[in-house]
This record gives sequence, C-alpha cells and structure tokens, in this order.
Amino acid sequence: MSEPKKVQGDLVLSHVTKSFGDFTAVDDLSLTIPKGSFFALLGPSGCGKTTTLRMIAGLEEPTSGTISIGSTDITDTKPYERPVNTVFQNYALFPHLTIFENVAFGLRRRGIKNVDAEVERVLNLVELSHLKSRKPGQLSGGQQQRIALARAVVNKPALLLLDEPLGALDLKLRRQMQIELKWIQTEVGITFVHVTHDQEEAMTMADTVAVMNNGRIEQMGSPAELYENPRTVFVANFLGQSNFIDGSIEGTDGENVIANLHGVRIVFPKTRNNANGKAVKVGIRPEKFRLHDAGSSAIGNVLTGGIITDISFFGVSTQYMVEMPWKQELMVFEQNDGGAPDLAKGDAVTLSWEPQFTFALDGTDPSQAK
Amino acid sequence: MTHWLSKNLIRLYAVLAIFFILLPIFYTVAFSFNDAQKRNISWQGFTLTAWLNPCEPIGICEALGNSFKVGIPATILATVMGTMIAFALGRYNFRGRGTTNLLIFLPMATPEVVLGASLLSMFINIKVGSGLLPVIIAHTMFCVSFVVVTVKARVASLDPKLEEAARDLYASEWETFRRVTLPLVAPGIAAAALLSFALSFDDFIITNFNSGVVDTFPEYVWTAALRGVPPQANVIGTLMFIIALAFVFAGQVLSKRRLTK
Amino acid sequence: MALAHAEVGNKAHAPKKRAKRIAYFLLAPGLTWLLIFFAFPLINLAETSTKTPAPTFETGEFVQTFRFSNFVDAFVNNQEQFFRSFLYALIATLFALAIAYPLAYAIAFRSGPWKNLMLILVVAPFFTSFLLRTLAWKQILGAEGPVVSALQFLGILPPEATITATAFSVILGLTYNFLPFMTLPIYASLDRIDYRLLEASGDLYANGVTTFRKVTLPLSAPGVVAGTLLTFIPASGDYINAQLLGSPENYMIGNVINSRFFRVVDYPTAAALSFILMATILVLVVIYIRRLGTDELV
Repeated sequence: MSEPKKVQGDLVLSHVTKSFGDFTAVDDLSLTIPKGSFFALLGPSGCGKTTTLRMIAGLEEPTSGTISIGSTDITDTKPYERPVNTVFQNYALFPHLTIFENVAFGLRRRGIKNVDAEVERVLNLVELSHLKSRKPGQLSGGQQQRIALARAVVNKPALLLLDEPLGALDLKLRRQMQIELKWIQTEVGITFVHVTHDQEEAMTMADTVAVMNNGRIEQMGSPAELYENPRTVFVANFLGQSNFIDGSIEGTDGENVIANLHGVRIVFPKTRNNANGKAVKVGIRPEKFRLHDAGSSAIGNVLTGGIITDISFFGVSTQYMVEMPWKQELMVFEQNDGGAPDLAKGDAVTLSWEPQFTFALDGTDPSQAK
Repeated sequence: MTHWLSKNLIRLYAVLAIFFILLPIFYTVAFSFNDAQKRNISWQGFTLTAWLNPCEPIGICEALGNSFKVGIPATILATVMGTMIAFALGRYNFRGRGTTNLLIFLPMATPEVVLGASLLSMFINIKVGSGLLPVIIAHTMFCVSFVVVTVKARVASLDPKLEEAARDLYASEWETFRRVTLPLVAPGIAAAALLSFALSFDDFIITNFNSGVVDTFPEYVWTAALRGVPPQANVIGTLMFIIALAFVFAGQVLSKRRLTK
Repeated sequence: MALAHAEVGNKAHAPKKRAKRIAYFLLAPGLTWLLIFFAFPLINLAETSTKTPAPTFETGEFVQTFRFSNFVDAFVNNQEQFFRSFLYALIATLFALAIAYPLAYAIAFRSGPWKNLMLILVVAPFFTSFLLRTLAWKQILGAEGPVVSALQFLGILPPEATITATAFSVILGLTYNFLPFMTLPIYASLDRIDYRLLEASGDLYANGVTTFRKVTLPLSAPGVVAGTLLTFIPASGDYINAQLLGSPENYMIGNVINSRFFRVVDYPTAAALSFILMATILVLVVIYIRRLGTDELV
C-alpha cells in the first residue's frame, strides 16, 4: 500500500526535456499551471503533448528538468507515489473487475477505510450507480469514459490528467461530455490538465491553453487570446483558419503601425505587431472580413479588386474564396444573417476589416502560411 | 439444387473431414465396450466389464500412475519456468533475444528420436541411467517451449495501458502484477499447463528412450500392442478424452463469465 | 514497461539496469534447463557420433577416435530409409495440406455459430493417446476391419490383399496424426484476414476463384508455411506409424535410429544418423528464419 504525499499547489515544470535517443520529444519546456484551473495542452500528433502528460503522471522520466506541485519536487517519484491520476485515452478499465472494484482500486491500494461511501459518491456524480456490478465489457463507450473519470476523481488527487479522453466518442456524445467534464471540474475543484489535438475542444473547455509544436510551447494564454492574437503562423493556423498577406512595414502613426500590402496602405495597432523587422505577414481571420459590392464605400482597412472564385454554403455561414489582384485567394466567412450582399461567382467585390482585428506576424515565420 | 450444393460443398466437405478425424476416436470408445479378453480387434459383444474392472490387466494402472507421477511434476516445472521466460520475452528488452528465441524453438523442431536418443546418451555417460526421474527431466524440457509460446501470446495481447493505469492508481510494481497482470494472463497460463500435461501424458518416443524398466501408459499400450491391447486401455483413452473435452468446455464457460457478470 | 529507447541522463540508468536484471532472472531457470538438457545432450551426441567400438568389444563401450567416416557409413548404409523417410513425410505433408486447407477455410469463413465446436473437434484427437489412435487405424484398415471388407465386397481388392503393412497405411497414419498441426496454423492465418478485403476484391471485378487465388491464398501463406514445417519435421523423424502400420519394408530412419540404440547397441551410428536427420531439417528451418525472422518462431 502506497500513500501519496499530501501535496497541494500549482504545477510547475521547469526546463523539462525528454529525449528518446536522437529524437527530442519535449524540448526545454517550462510551464506553470495554476491550482484549480482547467488547462489544455493542444497540438498535432507528435508534438510532445502526450509525453509531457506522461512525465507529469510519472509514467515517463524526464531526461532533465524538474516537476513540482507547490513546493514539493515530484520529479523522481513513482506514479503510485504521486497525488496525480490519469484518465487514459481508451479508458484502460480493468476488464476482470466490476465497475465498483474498478472505481475502488485506487482507494484500496491506499488503504482508505470507507470505500463504499466514496465509490457511491462519485458514481452518483457521473450518474452510473446502477451499473456498479457490471463489468467494463458490458458498458458503452460513453459509460466507460464516465467510469474512467470517476475512478480517477474518487482519489481526490491534486492534479487530474486527461489523455484525449473524448477521442473515441461520436460528435454528439463528445459535446455532451465536454460540458459535463467542465461542470465536474468546477464542482470538484481539482486542477485538470487536458491533452487534445482538437482545437474546438480545447477552446470550449479550458481556462488556459498551451499550443505545442515540436516539443515546445509556441504560445500559451486564454482561448480568446490565442485565437484573436496568435503570435506565430503555426498557432494561427492550428486554431481556426487565417489569411496571411505579405507586406512591409513603412512606419508608425501614433498608436498604429503603417504597412504596405501590395501597394495598399493599411494600419493596425502597435500592440498587435509581432514582426521583428520590416517584413510582415498580416493576418486576418476569415470571419473578420466584410464583403461589399465593388465600388461601394467601406470603413477600416480596405482591399479593392477582388473577384469571387468560389462560394460554399455552410448553413450558419457562407464561405467565399476571393481572388485579389496579386493572385492570392483570400477566405471570407459571412454570417447568413442578411448582412452580406447577394453575391455570385465571378462578381467583383471589395474587402474590408477593422484594424483592431489584425494580427501581424514576422515575415520570416517558417511555418507554412496558408 | 446445384446452387445450394456449390454454396454448401465446402461445409459438406468439412463435416466429412471432421468425421474422418473422429473415426479412430469412435473406434477407441466403441471397443472399450467390447466383450474381448485378449484380442480386442473384432467386435464380440457389448459389455461393461472393462469399465467396471479398469485395473484388471497387469501393470496397466501402475503405468497410468507413472504417467501422472511424471506428468504432474513436469507440468508444474515447465509451466513456472516457461511463464517466466514468456514474461521476459514479452515485456523486457535484453541482449540475446534472437538466441533465446532460437533455443526455445529448436526443441519443437527437433525430431523426438533425436531428443530421446541424445538425452539417453547423456544420462548414460553421467551414470544417471534411466527411470522416472530422467523422464520427468525430459518432459519438462520439451514442454517449456510450448508453455513459452502459449503464454507469450497472451502476454503480448495484454494492453500495457492497464498496468500503467494500475500504477497511476497507487499500485506498486508488485501489486500491479498481482492484481492486474496475473489475473489477466492466468487463462493463458492455465491453457499452457493443460497443453503441457497433455503432451507429457501422450509422449511415447522420448519416454521410451529414457524410462528403462518402468512404464508409462503409452509404453504399456506399445508393449501390449504385440499381444493384444486390452479393452481397459480403451477405457482409459476414452476417459482422458472426456476429461479433456470437459476442461475445454469449462474453460470456454469460465472465460465468458469473467468478462460478464 | 519495456524501456526500448536508449535513455540519456543519470536518472535513467538505475531503473533500466534493474529491468535488465529482472529479465535475466526470469530467463535463467528455463534457459539453463534447456541448455543442460537440450543443448548439452546434443553436443554430447555429436561427440558420440565419431566414436568406434572399444578394443575390448564389450557391448555399449566405445572410444573416441574422431572417425568422421561414421557419418558417411551411416548415410550410405541407410540411404533407402533416409529417402523413404523424406518421401513419406513429403507425401503425408501434401495430403495433410490438401485435407487441411479446405477444412480450415470452412471453419474460418463458413462455419457460423459452429466455429468453436468445429475447432474443438479438430483438436479433439490430440486428447486421446497417440498410440491408441494409430492402433485404431490398424484395426480399421486391418484384415478384419470394415475397410478391407467393403473393398473386397466391391471387388476392388483381391481376397488375400491387406492394406496394413503397406506404404499407403503408413502415409495415412502420418497424415492423420499430424493433421491438427497443419489445420490450426492455416486456420489462424485465414481467421485473421479481414473479410472486407474479400468484399473489396469482389467489388473490383474478381470472381470467387480469382479472389481466392489473388487475395485469400497469399494472405494465408504464413499459416501454410508454419503448418507445413510443423508437419514435415516431426513426420520425417517418426517411427511409430511405420512400426504399427507398416512392415520392415516401410521402415523409416526413426526406426533405424531406435534399433541402433536398443537392439544393436551401436551408439555412434545412431548418433550419426540423428545428426544427418537434424542437419537436413535445420537447413529447412534456416530458410524459414531467413524469410520471417526469429520472433515469428516462438
């Protein structure tokens, strides 16, 4: 029987690196996750997010660096000595034990006395008390997922890790579970660290999101911050869609930066400028563009001379592809609320957007711009 | 009609093939009820005599006892050692993996005459000679490989995430093994033990080389074949068949019950 | 738990060393047993194969003279049995393949709810004594058995003919006794084939026969190879079927080795014969390993 240390506090990763031979999965990662928050580690396959999670759980050892909860260094402790529990991707419920015994497993190992009451409590939380005598093989995917969560939460860990737990569920169930997970986290008050490649999931559930790429964190912040003001092309393209127009910075004007985009003068706030020199990639989200008939007036930054090359109907919105005079196609989303003009393929249009929605990235950013 | 035939031709064939496979079994079972004292070759009438006096022929029950005296220790030894190797191969990385695989495989590929002859030759040279102990040693030897193959398959199909989940839920390495790994691998180990016992019980060639004066059941049958196998041998054969079938069915039922309530 | 990657860093070494030690501890008993009671006896047998009878001519006494010509003599004197062994084994293997493949196919694809029962019935003979099974065949094929009577009644067989004590019955015995070894591996590899592959083949204009030739057959090849080896190898060394179902004309190399050991007490020749048999078989195993690697063996 192992007893995890009574630990509380923020989770701190300090210069954590993990290498497998020549391959570096996690590269000098430093990160603080505030106690009680819902934190998401977001990134594509192979970016190192799962490895990072496993190091926090103790299932992998860092090659260098330290991991602590509050003032306690847990880098060298075994998984069963850490106050950390994991919800695995395919649930990993013990097939030979009943649901009750699955949930009770951690409690029994720790020698907790009133197992029955604790297990009942969490089973009621996930509303599956009636299944406690069944075996995992008899439950549906969604039910298994809730039991996996109950099994972890019942141990009142300092930290709960979720390794893409919703991947195997269908869309409707996934949405439902996203809401439930968020609710449980608020109810229980435990720090949740959620690993996923689904940007929508991360944005809807998390208080803070860290986008990982090639073993490093590219940007970390609230979902809104990351979405509205991404600092690299990778982050901009990973969360939602973006348009990037190449240009050069010509000067400043009070609070704004002036830039030249293929001969057109535009402005954007200094605070949204992340370019290091003159070369700049000006980023605009598709839904921030406004379409106008060619010739009509528009406010904000204005680009004329566009021709519609494609229209796709999405129910809620319509997506337009607009070819600009410099032969670049820009993507525009217009809400189907009657605000946009009635347009067809081949029509000439003017694009505009409000300067405050611009995000300007360094012109030499190596990630593929769209 | 021809469409039905072509669709079911292969099923028909399968039934015939299985009938062919079971034919000698029918014979063995049937002739255990034969009313014959010496030559149990042609049918002479139905009787339960052999079933009621199974130990009447001299030496038959002693031979059967020897088969168990050899089979049980050999099974235990082979199952324990073979399971350990299976875990090593399935869970750990070590140098000499290829050599280990080869050493496990070769006994299965070596003809029994060679295995029996080489063991007898060695036992003679080191002055141990023949008897039940050399037979137990020999049976353990060739059963280990089969245990490794059977258990390794089971170990390999075990989801490593289950053990990680156990460690995540405060189980130490030993507790993880005891409460998660072992219960899940147990059916494979049981199957390996049964296979081991079956192989040992039925072995003739290696046993014949190394048993010397004492006889196991197959050796008894071999010597009896010259003058006439008594129906009691058929009785024992039938019993072993029924017990083995019972084990298999029990195994199926148990494995279904483990995964449901 | 498998720490398959080379880890850099002082913290990583301790658990990795421990893991290696556990692995060696697990391997030790079984491998030692095999080394002492499998590998060593074989080496011992090799050593015996080059001995000659002792000057005292005492039965069972030999001296080491490194007489490698023992091998040549052994082979030359028993060529007939060697060739016969491999011939019988080959024919039995082919018959077994012909019988087992359709059976395995039927169980894998056409058995529906009877799959488990059929598998059990295929393996069931394994549960009775090998000797009793073979003796049963001797009875069935014997002069007083149903087969001979039926064939004589139909006029196919002359009144004095027998089926036992012929090559036919020996090969039948071999085929029968190794049938499960051929059927199960073929079944296993057929069972693994995703049925949707066969559907895709049909969708792409292949009829039943073509689908079998181009999709099913190649995908079941590993099972066929395994089954073939598992049948041919023990069959070539067998002597029970030959002894019970055949006559001295049908004796295989296994019979010779047996008699050389027990009746003639000529250990060097018996040893030499064993090694020639093993060498031939090992050649086949090596070809098999080259194709599939050692991990597939066990």
